[in-house]
Amino acid sequence: MIGLEHYIVLSVVLFCIGAFGVLTRRNLLIILMSIEIMLSAANLAFVAFSRYGRGLDGQVIVLFVFVIAACEVAEPISEERLAAKVQALLGLPSVQFYAPPPDRDDPAASPTGITAWLFYALTSLPGSPTAETGPLFQWIVFNGWVVEVGLRLDQLSLVMTGVVTGVGSLIHLYSVGYMGHDKGFVRYFSYLNLFLFFMLILVLADNLLLMFVGWEGVGLCSYLLIGYWFEDPAKAAAGKKAFVVNRIGDFGFLLGIFSVWVALEGQVPDSSAALLNFEFMREMALRPDTPLLPVATAICLLFFIGACGKSAQIPLHVWLPDAMAGPTPVSALIHAATMVTAGVYMIARLNFLYILSPAAMQVVATVGAVTALFAATMGLAQTDIKKVLAYSTISQLGFMFLGVGVGAFSAGVFHLVTHAFFKALLFLGAGSVIHAMREEQRIHAMGGLRNELPITFWTFLTATVAIAGIYPFAGFFSKDAILWETLARGHVGLWVLGVVTAAVTAFYMFRLLGLVFFGSRSALSQKVHVHKEESVTMLLPLICLGFLSFIGGWLGVPAAFGGADHFGHFLAPIFLQEIGSTHASHGTEALVGLGTMLWVGVWAILALAIYAQRREWPSVMAVRFRRAYALLVNDYFVDRIYYRGVVQPLVWISDRVLWRAQDAMLIDRIGVHGTGRAMLLVGRLTATIQTGLAPHYLFFFVLGAVVLVGWFVL
Amino acid sequence: MMPWLSDNLLTAVIFAPLLGVAGLVLLPRRHEAASREIALVTSLVTLVLGGWLAYRYEAMAPAAGFAFAQAVPWIPDLSIYYRIGIDGVSLALILLTVLLTPICVLCSWREITHRRKEFMFLLLLVEVGLNGAFVALDLFLFYVFWEVMLIPMYFLVGIWGGQKRIMAAVKFLLYTMVGSVLMLVAILSLYFTGGKTFNLLALYDVVLAPAAQWWLFLAFALAFAIKVPLFPFHTWLPDAHTEAPTAGSVILAGVFLKVGTYGFYRFAMPLFPDAVLAVRPLILAMAVIGIVGGALVSMVQPDVKRLIAYSSVSHLGFVMLGLFALTPEGVQGAVLQMINHGISTGGLFLLFGMLYERTHTRMIADYGGIGRAIPLYTTCFILLALSSLGLPGLNNFVGEFLVLLGAFRVEPVHAVLSAVGVIIGAVYLLWLVERVFFGATRLRTETGSAVKLADLNRREALLLLPLIGLVVWLGIYPRLVLDRTAPSVATFLHLVQRTQVPDTIPLAEGPR
Repeated sequence: MIGLEHYIVLSVVLFCIGAFGVLTRRNLLIILMSIEIMLSAANLAFVAFSRYGRGLDGQVIVLFVFVIAACEVAEPISEERLAAKVQALLGLPSVQFYAPPPDRDDPAASPTGITAWLFYALTSLPGSPTAETGPLFQWIVFNGWVVEVGLRLDQLSLVMTGVVTGVGSLIHLYSVGYMGHDKGFVRYFSYLNLFLFFMLILVLADNLLLMFVGWEGVGLCSYLLIGYWFEDPAKAAAGKKAFVVNRIGDFGFLLGIFSVWVALEGQVPDSSAALLNFEFMREMALRPDTPLLPVATAICLLFFIGACGKSAQIPLHVWLPDAMAGPTPVSALIHAATMVTAGVYMIARLNFLYILSPAAMQVVATVGAVTALFAATMGLAQTDIKKVLAYSTISQLGFMFLGVGVGAFSAGVFHLVTHAFFKALLFLGAGSVIHAMREEQRIHAMGGLRNELPITFWTFLTATVAIAGIYPFAGFFSKDAILWETLARGHVGLWVLGVVTAAVTAFYMFRLLGLVFFGSRSALSQKVHVHKEESVTMLLPLICLGFLSFIGGWLGVPAAFGGADHFGHFLAPIFLQEIGSTHASHGTEALVGLGTMLWVGVWAILALAIYAQRREWPSVMAVRFRRAYALLVNDYFVDRIYYRGVVQPLVWISDRVLWRAQDAMLIDRIGVHGTGRAMLLVGRLTATIQTGLAPHYLFFFVLGAVVLVGWFVL
Repeated sequence: MMPWLSDNLLTAVIFAPLLGVAGLVLLPRRHEAASREIALVTSLVTLVLGGWLAYRYEAMAPAAGFAFAQAVPWIPDLSIYYRIGIDGVSLALILLTVLLTPICVLCSWREITHRRKEFMFLLLLVEVGLNGAFVALDLFLFYVFWEVMLIPMYFLVGIWGGQKRIMAAVKFLLYTMVGSVLMLVAILSLYFTGGKTFNLLALYDVVLAPAAQWWLFLAFALAFAIKVPLFPFHTWLPDAHTEAPTAGSVILAGVFLKVGTYGFYRFAMPLFPDAVLAVRPLILAMAVIGIVGGALVSMVQPDVKRLIAYSSVSHLGFVMLGLFALTPEGVQGAVLQMINHGISTGGLFLLFGMLYERTHTRMIADYGGIGRAIPLYTTCFILLALSSLGLPGLNNFVGEFLVLLGAFRVEPVHAVLSAVGVIIGAVYLLWLVERVFFGATRLRTETGSAVKLADLNRREALLLLPLIGLVVWLGIYPRLVLDRTAPSVATFLHLVQRTQVPDTIPLAEGPR
């Protein structure tokens, strides 16, 4: 047992070394390393206090948490521009996680930011591969209840952490090149790091409320990054729209938390249990007479509202296309790979609740499938390279919801992972194209870039093939898993929707590929001198992600294709039971998978043929099917309907009715000033009575007497 | 000196500003510039005394009841006593007052240019009234302090305010006077029916017939509801807040409104539990209308200060919702929210006052794109706006969460409707931020050239530091308030639950 004071001494020594290193200012690397040492010192103290410091009322610990968070954000600010670059290279997702020691008596916890280490540590733990910090400090205490802050790393959060830090690092690297010439370079990295901090809180939280902190925090960073170029009013407005629409979802999330609380609060003999802890909720949900059963549908639907907001599902999908106003690496990280998948993560995390309510699951699956198809059709007619990808993201998220909705949680999460690879790659590729074309985003102004941007082309092609779902690329296995589970569990209607969506997906993606990389340069951009691909920091992530898009699916090759579904087995302990799973033969599964692939392949080739060689056909079709085309190109007029149907009436009512009519007219003019005027009137009347003439007073005297006498007599 | 101070610390905190008042009275007109320093020193001394008070309170760690209690006969024939004492809730509000007053003095440093002496004089007087109201345990004494803070505020708005200051000041005075006159009647009535005493603690034990309670409660409640302000008595607030000088707005939003909610918490509700039961549905409905309506009206305001003022209507609706939910969570959240609102909205008024000093316009349409010119200011403003819209990790979230949870347990429909107010909160604040700070610059001087704005100077940054620190600190560590107010809230609930008609409130009890 090592005493607290040893830790403090050690951390002070480390801190001094770090401070010395910074003060000497020898060279950049030493400064950076020194900063890291100082951070580690703070971390060490934090860990020690969290172990010993219960009596300190948590205050000291809070301070340390804050110091660390502030440092993480401030680091890029405080350093020179170059330093930020180097920092990005060092792998910035350095919000560090503290794995507790296996042996409770020896708190020799060491901080580390490396997911691989976590993976190693976790899988080498005896017994259940779950690491929990336990309550780090008590956040909210009232009426005997406690909401604690604690982190939990299990298979599911490990997968998410891997995606967040892995893709996050690559995108940091890419950003160094992409944002290199931007004035607000430092601000950009501060926001990006803050985002990773909140995202890790979201996936590592061990209770609902802390998860909500991360949930809103990533929303904030999304707001800040979408409106990053805030001088442009459209971009600032897009940021606000994203936050507000997310807020509508958060409203559902919050009410869901309340419902869980109310359902569970009567179940605890003593209030020591943390009601909102996932572990506790799971325990309660597993009881045969679970108190959650009667309210499960309501709770699940409320949480699903939250998921719809964050993951841009119908009817709250409208913010994501606008969110493309942010810098392209942000679109890749936040609006494709990580934040928008938080809704899927939440449902997977709360799977024990969702399986209590088949009705809610049905809603999730249906909304997912319908969103997938609708968004995919909207993607068909987009003319902005990033907008195509945005609708594609919405559509793919719909697939994930379809997966978790039919009860195939691990298939949904699997698609989340592969999607993170290929969609991040597509966005980064698009960023590369936009960069090369000098901020050109219209796909009709591109063409023939295959030869000028070879690396971008080949990686983009990999990702396109992956998203279309061609064997053996990543998307094939995950999409096939979802479709197969949907069919096998008897949701034939949803399966048909899914298969149609897969075809549409292949079509619009190969349309994009054809328009951008094949054919010849459009007349619109003949004069643009295309930048060469030379930034290593931009190309390296493309290649890494291309590699991952190729092999990423091999994590979970199903038995039908000769694999062992490692991914599913790894996650299996998290998901209680894969409800309604059937045991159809592997032969059928393989057959359905191959059939889908062939069907998808036909549409892919068709699209490539049309858009690479017969570019005039689509315009002819657009003229012939004018109405349908107008519907698609205007995103089914959803934005306009919301504006006319919700925003405008609300503003009108607030302005005309609530403010001018009610407050200004009714309460103020009639009520307040009316009372005032009535008083004046009474005063003036009384004043007129005071005439000073004796006969008048005599008259009133008689009148009064008569009234009084009458009163007593009658 | 020191032993006396130590024995009468609470009295010292209340009346310390009077030293400055005396100094200002004696100050010759030709040395008027020194009035600022006098006021600053006085308010800082009060702040230190307040800190000492908190330290002593912490050392005592009283479980329940009132600490620092004192009772000195004042008008013995009418059994009027100078009776004071504090519990956790009063302490929190006192600390908020003594913190905001020096900030107000400093933010008026350059803004107030004429009649400085009188301004500081009145400001310090308001502080006396506010602190007195938070510690008085004698109804008559409370009434005196109530009036002491009212009249100086009238002058603060009426003399140093904006264009329509006279109208706003008169409206403010009439509104509050109507309430306070009725309250005086109720106090006297209570004095005669309750055994000829103004002692609050003794009156707690007097059991009145439900009908009598009803009328008395109504009189008290009207006075407090106007102060809170509860819908539909809120229309004085946008005018007063908007026209008041910055210091006036900060004090109004920060502490003044809390006297209303504190009045409900300390007087109206525990004294008349049966009446509370009867009017509870009505007040809850008014609170919800205030939350949603206030937020919606706030959304369409063309004037920054009016927008923030209307947001107060919405936020104070949360406090009332929590109080009248009568659940431990709700009341704790409401108390926390009183403090939070003082910090966040006070801070927003303070910040906007700084901008107004530079631009002299309150219209949102005149702004746009100033974020690039004054980055530090923008960051602070966005931070406070985020706190005000209830971002988790900042102070307002915990309060709103507890209020909504407390309300949801007994009145789910009210809670759901109020949660809609949280969505609109994001709309009006972010829209405000967008129109003022983002986009293209529109700000022009009268001659048409672009305005050069200066970022926060050292004095202004210093003013904001404590508020921003609290915004973050209370967001992460709300126990700072929650732990201290818990015993007081338990007592409050105990008092309110002594109804003569049992089992009519669905009082949800926690596990303890």
